[in-house]
Formats: sequence, C-alpha cells, structure tokens
Amino acid sequence: MSRSLSRVNNTIHETPLAPLHIELGAKMVPFAGWNMPVQYTSIIDEHTAVREHAGIFDISHMGQFFVEGDGAEAWLNSLLTNNVAKLGLGEGQYTIMLNEQGGVIDDLILYREAEGRIFLVVNASMIDEDFAWMSKYLPEGLDLKNESDQWAAMAVQGPHAAALFTELFPDQALPPRNGMASWTHEGELLMVCSTGYTGEEGYEFFSSSANGSLWFQRFIDAGAKPCGLGARDSLRLEVCYPLNGSDLSPSHTPLEAGLGFFCDLEKEGGFVGSEILVHQKRDGLKRRLVALKYTGRGAPPRAHYGVFTKEGEQISELTSGVLSPSLREGIALAYLPLDHAKIGSLVDVDVRGRRFEAKVVKKPFYKKA
Amino acid sequence: MNVPDHLRYTSDHEWILLDGDTVTVGITDHAQEELTDVVFVELPENGRSCDAGDPVAVVESVKAASDIYIPVAGEIVEGNIDLEADPSLVNTDPYGAGWIFKVRLKDAAAVDALMDASAYKGLIG
Repeated sequence: MSRSLSRVNNTIHETPLAPLHIELGAKMVPFAGWNMPVQYTSIIDEHTAVREHAGIFDISHMGQFFVEGDGAEAWLNSLLTNNVAKLGLGEGQYTIMLNEQGGVIDDLILYREAEGRIFLVVNASMIDEDFAWMSKYLPEGLDLKNESDQWAAMAVQGPHAAALFTELFPDQALPPRNGMASWTHEGELLMVCSTGYTGEEGYEFFSSSANGSLWFQRFIDAGAKPCGLGARDSLRLEVCYPLNGSDLSPSHTPLEAGLGFFCDLEKEGGFVGSEILVHQKRDGLKRRLVALKYTGRGAPPRAHYGVFTKEGEQISELTSGVLSPSLREGIALAYLPLDHAKIGSLVDVDVRGRRFEAKVVKKPFYKKA
Repeated sequence: MNVPDHLRYTSDHEWILLDGDTVTVGITDHAQEELTDVVFVELPENGRSCDAGDPVAVVESVKAASDIYIPVAGEIVEGNIDLEADPSLVNTDPYGAGWIFKVRLKDAAAVDALMDASAYKGLIG
C-alpha cells in the first residue's frame, strides 16, 4: 500500500520501496506528491549505466487501472486517441486521453490483457484526474478499477535488461515489444510489459506492493543499477519522449506535439477531442513541438527558459531541457510557431540574461548505433 | 570530508584562500558532494565590483543551478577558464584545480571575520 505522510499542509506519498531507496543512499525529492529518489550516486553514472548495461527505476508511484466487461475495447476507443482494435491479446499501445478541446489530459499505455480486460498504466501526477475523467464517461456494464495502491512497479532498462529477467525467471519469456504477460510465481501474481521510457530495450515489472522491495533488490543483485528520476528525465529527453505536465498539457493538442501517429482520426464514432484534431489537421498547425540542440557550448537548457528569434523577439519558452549526458550537448523541446519550426532554423535560448544559440534538429537527439 | 585547515569558509559552503590583497574562492568538498556532477560553471565578469554576499557565479549540476556568492567585498579579477572545458574539476579537485574566481579585496581584515576550518567542520557536522 502507498503510505501518506502529512507534512504541514502537504500530503506526500511514499512508494513501498522508499525505505529501500534511503538505505541505498538515494537523494529523495518530492515529485507529483511522491517522495522519490532523484539519484543514488550520480545522474550521469546512472544514465550511462542504462545506455550501456541495465538500470532499474522505481515507478510504483504510477497508476494502474483495469477496465473490465463486454465492450471495454469499444468504450476505450471512444475515449482515447489510438485504435484498440489494432491490438491482439497481450498487446499494448501508447495512447492519449484528451479533453473536449483536444488538449492532453494524460499520455498512457493501454494493454489488451485478455478478452474484455484492459490494463492501463497512467502518470503518477494524473491518477486521480484520469480516474475521475474515465468515471464520468464510464457506461453501464463496465467496471473501472484503480489498483494503483496494490501494485509495486519497476522499470528495468538497458541492453542487458532482458538477460537479468531470464536470470530471475528462467521459465518465463519476455513478451515482444509493447506486449504484456502475467503469471503466478510462488503464489504471487506478477506482470511484465515490454515497454519503457528510456529509448533502450527493457520492460516494466509489476509485483504486489508488499514484495516490491524484495523484487527491486533481486534485480539489483542480478546486476541492475538503481537509477532515479534525474536519469529517467535525461534518458527520455535524449530520445524525445514527451513528459506530461511539461511537453504535453491541456494547452496543446497531440498533433502539435508531433503525436499524430498515435491518433486515429479515422476511428468510427471518433473519440473525445477528435473533432478539434480533424479541424486542426485540415486547417494546418500553427505551432509544433520541436527538438532544439545548442550549436555550441552553453549553460544547460532547462524548462521555462525563453526562446528568442535571432532578432531578439521572444517566441516561446522551453518545455524541457538538459545537458545531454550521452551527447554532451544542450538539448531541449519547445513549441515554436510554424515559420521557426523547420529543421535547421536558428533561435536563441535565454539563460539568466545570456543567449545561447540553438538549432531545430530532427528527432530523436540520440539514436543507438 | 576534506576541510583544509589553512582556508576560511562561509555558511554557503565556499572556501577562501588569502594571498596578500587577493583571495581565491571555490566551493568545498561538502558542497561538490551534495551537487554531484558539475556540468557547467558560469564565471563572474572580470572587473566587477561587488559587496559581500552578492551572487557572482553559478555552478550547475544536471538537475539544478546554484548561485555562488562573493564572500567579501572587492573586485573580481580572474575566473578559472579551465572550468569552461572541464567543469568536473569542481568535483574532482574542489580546493585546487577546481577554484572558481579571484577577488582583489577592498578590506583584507574582512577575511579574518570568516569561519575557520574547525567552525566549518562544526557546521557540516
């Protein structure tokens, strides 16, 4: 179970793994109302471990929902952007929950676990809001369950992640990319999904809350390096995965964010927000989320730094930014007006009054050799 | 935790080395250990005249940018340009090659008022 610790007027939650993180020497910070490890040793070392070997992240703060009943798939098709009908049993897809104005409420992964049973993994910051939104639209005859407190979850990512899984579970195969599997191990129900947020091979593993720490430690003993939110952010940004709350928000449609591939505008009956997207596609986008890379050395780009034309006019601000550990260059994302969004366009990023030049580049910043 | 005896310190975790009417300033071993990977240092502008406590430089780790304050009043005379090519010197050699800037003191006696090594050790516990 997640525990709630009240601090003055803030309630901060802890995952069941929090005592283990502290024992492992993690620096803990509040994130979306959760006390989470930002790093254990060094963000750069943890980032590198994931790119070169295997790292493990506690993602127990994220939400786990189940939708059950006849017509679950059809209902979720009317609520989310991607097409559930594309999925076979055991297959999953990245999908987006929009508000009625076509803005993003949350991005999530949906898995067809079984006939009439769908598993959804949502962002920690949005558990309550997603649940309320889905409950509002839930039809008679379908069951929506929030099991977030019952599950511990951890992401194991990197070129050796698969080998670690086989070491712990020699008789259980990892599902193909984006797939999920569930099985019972010594009486405990476990799930594994071949997805991740780092651009490396790997999976997300789900166990009972009570055994979360045991499993986290077992993966570490098998060779996974514990990694915190700092490395999680630098890894995902290098491969241009958006972060809800920064790169994605109710103020932008997924088309503006470059996520059109995950929005099936041909779906019969449409989905919440689809009309806005159809109009936007017809009329053309006015701005796009672009990848910006510094053209030289400079102070690290960070979210909310201003973006200026070369002539000095502010046109935007960064939604995300970091000094890339793998590339050793400043990388960032920003929504730019269309005439500045072409590959090769030059802008200036303002850092404490100094300007550093950046260029619009193709996504992703980092690609495996 | 390394706290050299010949240096002075501030409660903001800077160290000060006095040499005539000039001081060299950097951040302590305790500070670099808290920050972990230093990825960028913004040096102060040479020639700038400052009051004690003015923020004059910035040391950036992956996750955060930290202000560095001038511990005594004076004029900035030099910044450590080696930190442009290799900011990690602040982590690997905080009291030596990782020095950040030098100040020509307005008043040399101001250094005596700064914390000594044993007081700083008491502060960081």
